[in-house]
Amino acid sequence: MARKITFSQAINEALSQEMARDETVIVMGEDNAGGAGSPGEQDAWGGVLGVTKGLFHKYPGRVLDTPLSEGGYIGAAVGAAACGMRPVAELMFIDFMGVCFDQIFNQAAKFRYMFGGKAVTPVVIRAMQGAGLRAAAQHSQMLTSLFTHIPGLKVVCPSTPYDAKGLLIQAIRDNDPVIFCEHKLLYSREGDVPEESYAIPFGEANVVRDGDDATIITYGRMVHYATEAAEKLAKDGIQVEVIDLRTTSPLDEETILESANRTGRVVVVDEANPRCSIATDISALIAQRAFHSLKAPIEMVTAPHTPAPFAGVLEDMYIPSAAQIADAVMKVRA
Amino acid sequence: MPIHMITMPKWGLSMEQGQVNGWLKAIGDKVVKGDEILDVETDKISSGVECAFEGILRRQIAQEGDTLPIGALLAVVADAETPDAQIDAEVEAFQRDFVPATSADGDSGPQPEKAQIGGRTVRYLKLGEGGTPALLIHGFGGDLNNWLFNHADLAAHRAVWALDLPGHGESGKTLDTGSADELADSVIAFMDDRGIDKVHLIGHSMGALIAMTVAAQAPGRVASLALISGAGLGKEINGDYIQGFTEGSNRNALKPQLAKLFADPSLVTRQLVEDIVKYKRLEGVPEALRKIAASAFDGNVQRASYRDRLAELAPRSLVIWGAGDQIIPAGHAQGLPGDIRVHVLDGNGHMVQMEAASEVNRLLNDFLGS
Repeated sequence: MARKITFSQAINEALSQEMARDETVIVMGEDNAGGAGSPGEQDAWGGVLGVTKGLFHKYPGRVLDTPLSEGGYIGAAVGAAACGMRPVAELMFIDFMGVCFDQIFNQAAKFRYMFGGKAVTPVVIRAMQGAGLRAAAQHSQMLTSLFTHIPGLKVVCPSTPYDAKGLLIQAIRDNDPVIFCEHKLLYSREGDVPEESYAIPFGEANVVRDGDDATIITYGRMVHYATEAAEKLAKDGIQVEVIDLRTTSPLDEETILESANRTGRVVVVDEANPRCSIATDISALIAQRAFHSLKAPIEMVTAPHTPAPFAGVLEDMYIPSAAQIADAVMKVRA
Repeated sequence: MPIHMITMPKWGLSMEQGQVNGWLKAIGDKVVKGDEILDVETDKISSGVECAFEGILRRQIAQEGDTLPIGALLAVVADAETPDAQIDAEVEAFQRDFVPATSADGDSGPQPEKAQIGGRTVRYLKLGEGGTPALLIHGFGGDLNNWLFNHADLAAHRAVWALDLPGHGESGKTLDTGSADELADSVIAFMDDRGIDKVHLIGHSMGALIAMTVAAQAPGRVASLALISGAGLGKEINGDYIQGFTEGSNRNALKPQLAKLFADPSLVTRQLVEDIVKYKRLEGVPEALRKIAASAFDGNVQRASYRDRLAELAPRSLVIWGAGDQIIPAGHAQGLPGDIRVHVLDGNGHMVQMEAASEVNRLLNDFLGS
């Protein structure tokens, strides 16, 4: 385990190992094959941030470039999946998902159900999300909750390189459509990742930190802010449990409810906008099923109900901070 | 009069810092060599820090809850006559000169290596040089890190190798039948590949069974056998543990199983559990463990025993057990044939080489002859 690689290398390694293991696994997306053979370029660019770099020559004919038409190629990926392939489509920014909603919500998510279980759709749609890259309102959203709302989709939000590799391998092997949300500010984050292949089951939250005084439930990049807040509070003798959901669909209700029942004090942290979000969903679950254990109202720490600002100083205020999370814990502790 | 500085120890290759869990001796207490004076927790395990000197505990420098780097000053031991001023001066000088090593220095010491042997990856770690080398063989579901507290101590006197058996750690996970013979063959192949002619084999649990199988297959090459909480010396084994460990895939399932390995279940840190969960997720691991378990055990019964042949297997043998072993009963250490040294250590469980590391290291070094 001594080897450290980045979040983006972990995704690349998962793709490479699954492509080696199963020849029906293909990669498609904008600029995934682009750049190959152009002056001064040995390799393909591997997508807008180079996550799939190196795969084009390693797996000839299995890394496909697509036109700038999400509606077209996401539809093609869904169709290929229904016909026996395991496509991993890279959608660049999750914000562009709007132009292929029908392919995802009405087609991919419904095939298994509407064909009486006779059809499977093992497609993975990778997309980067989240604020903090000064990329403005159309390239900074957290849309996890939109997909979590739709039955028939599985939704994954890894927080570490280790989880990114194991969850992507699981996503590729899963027979249902999986929306794999990658936070763009996590790509360069390093962590221990085994060289060997491994899969992390869906619906199994990771208890990042143990504690009996309060519970923070979160996912994605916010896991690191929550841990930072918990470490700060631990210095004052407050032991906070931090739960990383890993997948929002399926949801590990058991781990959430066990912890909420034990601590009775809950903070839900979500980088997304607050309405109809993962934060409200988890809060409702706990309010309904662990109400009598609660010793204080549930706190939510989220972005405000506005688009992500472009101005750096405003964007920094928009994203929930470790300090806000720590304050929320103090509030439920009061 | 000498003033002795007790510093944060380095347990295993990856340890960079430790957290002080609590003091076991008070200021003014008399301490002798081998006394545990405080508890330290690392990201892998918690353990007592032993005093290597005799005297009075004069200063507790570290506070409970402190997280300190390796080499940081924890305590001061001196005799009763040493003046306070002299101790304070030495503490001040130590703290002034102390520079914690950082991982950025790149000086993290020897690292495990990997070799391709017989078409399979084998991870191993070699420490020390010279003498008749020793080879450490971990048990079922373990890896070379099970020797975290032993490897360096033993390597002060000879070359000491530790490996990950097939199906374990970072070695290849593909097994044919998973029999003790197959695993023993892989150990002999490793010795051939690394040019190890004759070796002291030190095996823990199933590793002891493998060590005895190697001795049976290649008798001339085993200088001695040291068997710790060994399989292959009796009939009973905790089949529920084997089953629970093999089939458990998450923290909730594995933690209660791992607690059975220690007399003191609080030694099972969340990182230890997390490491096992991660190991269990690796491709091929559950299948490998199932094969090995099915071949070696039938429920609560061990299929193979070298008990009656132990005296002939190697020129010399040593048996060590934790009296509170919940996996393989310590009773197997009783009534062994021949001139075999037996030590049953009270208050310790199956992982006695971790729980009573200093004592086990002393017994092994005595046995091997330093």
